[in-house]
Amino acid sequence: MRFVFKTSYRQDMGLFRDGVQLSWYVGLLVLLAVLPLLVPTYLIDISMVFIYGLCGLSLMVLAGYTGLVSLGHAAFLGIGAYAHVYFTQDLGLPWLVSVALAAALTAGAGVLVGLPALRMTGVYLSIATLAFALIIQEVLSHWDSVTGGLRGKAVGKAVILGVSFGGSGAFYFLCLAFLMGGLLLTQNLLRAPTGRAWVAIRDSEIAAQSMGVNLAAYKTIAFAYSAALMGVAGALFAHKVGYLAPDIFTVLLSIQFLLMVVVGGLGSLHGALYGAVFVAMLPVLISGARDSVPGWFGQVFGVFGASAGEAVTLAVDRFVKQPALEPGIFGLILALFILFEPLGIYGRWLKIKLYFSMFPLYKSATFKRQKAYMRSERLR
Amino acid sequence: MNFAQGDLLMLGAFCCYMFVVWYHWGYWVAFASSVVTVALFGAALDWAVLRRVIGQPQFAVVMLTIGLGAIFRSFASMTWGSEIYTLPTPFSARATRIGGVTVSHEYVSIIAGTVLLCAVLYALFTYTKVGVAMQAASQNQLAAYYMGIPVKRVFSLIWAISAGVATAAGVLLAPVSLIDVNIGFIGLKAFAAAVLGGFGSIPGALAGGVTIGVIELLAGAYLPPGFKDVAAYVVLLLVLAIRPQGMFGAVGRKRV
Repeated sequence: MRFVFKTSYRQDMGLFRDGVQLSWYVGLLVLLAVLPLLVPTYLIDISMVFIYGLCGLSLMVLAGYTGLVSLGHAAFLGIGAYAHVYFTQDLGLPWLVSVALAAALTAGAGVLVGLPALRMTGVYLSIATLAFALIIQEVLSHWDSVTGGLRGKAVGKAVILGVSFGGSGAFYFLCLAFLMGGLLLTQNLLRAPTGRAWVAIRDSEIAAQSMGVNLAAYKTIAFAYSAALMGVAGALFAHKVGYLAPDIFTVLLSIQFLLMVVVGGLGSLHGALYGAVFVAMLPVLISGARDSVPGWFGQVFGVFGASAGEAVTLAVDRFVKQPALEPGIFGLILALFILFEPLGIYGRWLKIKLYFSMFPLYKSATFKRQKAYMRSERLR
Repeated sequence: MNFAQGDLLMLGAFCCYMFVVWYHWGYWVAFASSVVTVALFGAALDWAVLRRVIGQPQFAVVMLTIGLGAIFRSFASMTWGSEIYTLPTPFSARATRIGGVTVSHEYVSIIAGTVLLCAVLYALFTYTKVGVAMQAASQNQLAAYYMGIPVKRVFSLIWAISAGVATAAGVLLAPVSLIDVNIGFIGLKAFAAAVLGGFGSIPGALAGGVTIGVIELLAGAYLPPGFKDVAAYVVLLLVLAIRPQGMFGAVGRKRV
């Protein structure tokens, strides 16, 4: 195990722990920069991962660091996407101005939802955000003059300062740049007083308040910041999907975002990105499994005769072709992670790393959390 | 706190439909047996799954029930398909005139069932030992355990009762709103009602439910289309912003 001996304040406050960590990140960046040359056909899917990464970042700030669980983040994505498209296409504003305005607008919406959030915790808040998301969905489908209503709205290519970002490679780098910017901004906020206040609020509101943290102000900032990130993600998302319709931004999408932060690991920016990769890859994996799994079952049961094998193949095939299977698998994965790995993929990675770095001396009790038996939500 | 409540309601309604239409049981037999089946399922769910997250942050329970709800919906649409069913009841297509107003028996059955359920639940929670134990366990698990309440068993019982009540509600609702996989989303409105009235207060929940119903009706009549579905949530947000404890609830600061 390696310890970093800190000798100066600058070192303590640095973005990276030491040169080794920095070089890993630089390596990752170089890999991402040459990726378009290696896998040119998958670029669109990878840009989706970046957009999901921004969404994960946004929800991670709120749920993972401030402890406010939102069930309505798809609504912010929707507001951002529609606002951006309205500003660029109907009002003819420049791209960058439009993204900034969309982010400001979603931040305003975030404050609007955050206001009731100041006075409630936990489940009440989830319900309030859920209600907000349902309202926004209705607004999106009925405000015809701006959103195009149920017919939806076509989205053109992104053109920034006269340069078109319509090609998959250019769009890839655009998303990557926004994700990097979001990560840097968030990481900087988290090591500043704002981020520390958020973590304090998450861990104990009363303790934070006693230490002089202004609960109302910091919760509102958290909501506004998270919503603004979501707005930017929404603008990119609009260009990615190419066609906006109100039924994209459903509660199911909000739940997918939550799945992202839980599966990745609550309370870490790494987790948000792992979760984004996972959620973006899962549909691909499922559709791959749809084609191959029935055959495997057929081979296994083929031991009992060819007809048995064929029958099982057909039955399994009919089962996996059900369209309802996918949300069920999402739910199952969510439940399994909550039950068996509450720290998510990032937590599992930390455990594996620690196991090897202190090889014969690893104790599984290192990550045991003390149980806190629930008291009434009403007496918070 | 259970976000899968609406999906249990859906399972209950489908269960009853299955007993009545596929197996040709009598309505009352099917009603009773589906309530018992889903209640047992709720208890088993608590025993197998939810008991493991006791002692973790409440967020974990919320996420877990959301996941379970998604699994149930997916299971239901794979088993029963995504068609819309109607449940034949003894009350169907019959009406009575009460003082010049025609009331169909379906609605009478819903009102009577609701009043009966509420009365029974209220009596259970206020006057019986088990009910008081449940309240204690939901307020402070550790203290309840110290007082000799078998908290685990009580929790299973709570799940069984809430699943049973959800089933009863689903079966009562079935003739009016028809059965399909997404019937569970009415559970969201139930949440709105519970929050509006104040959590943990049965008269409050009733009053909240009535308020939401009236607001939806008025919004449907006087505002442009589209507002009807939203009105309840707007009111909910306003209530949460202005008076988060609801109309009847009591919220205290936690003492350190």
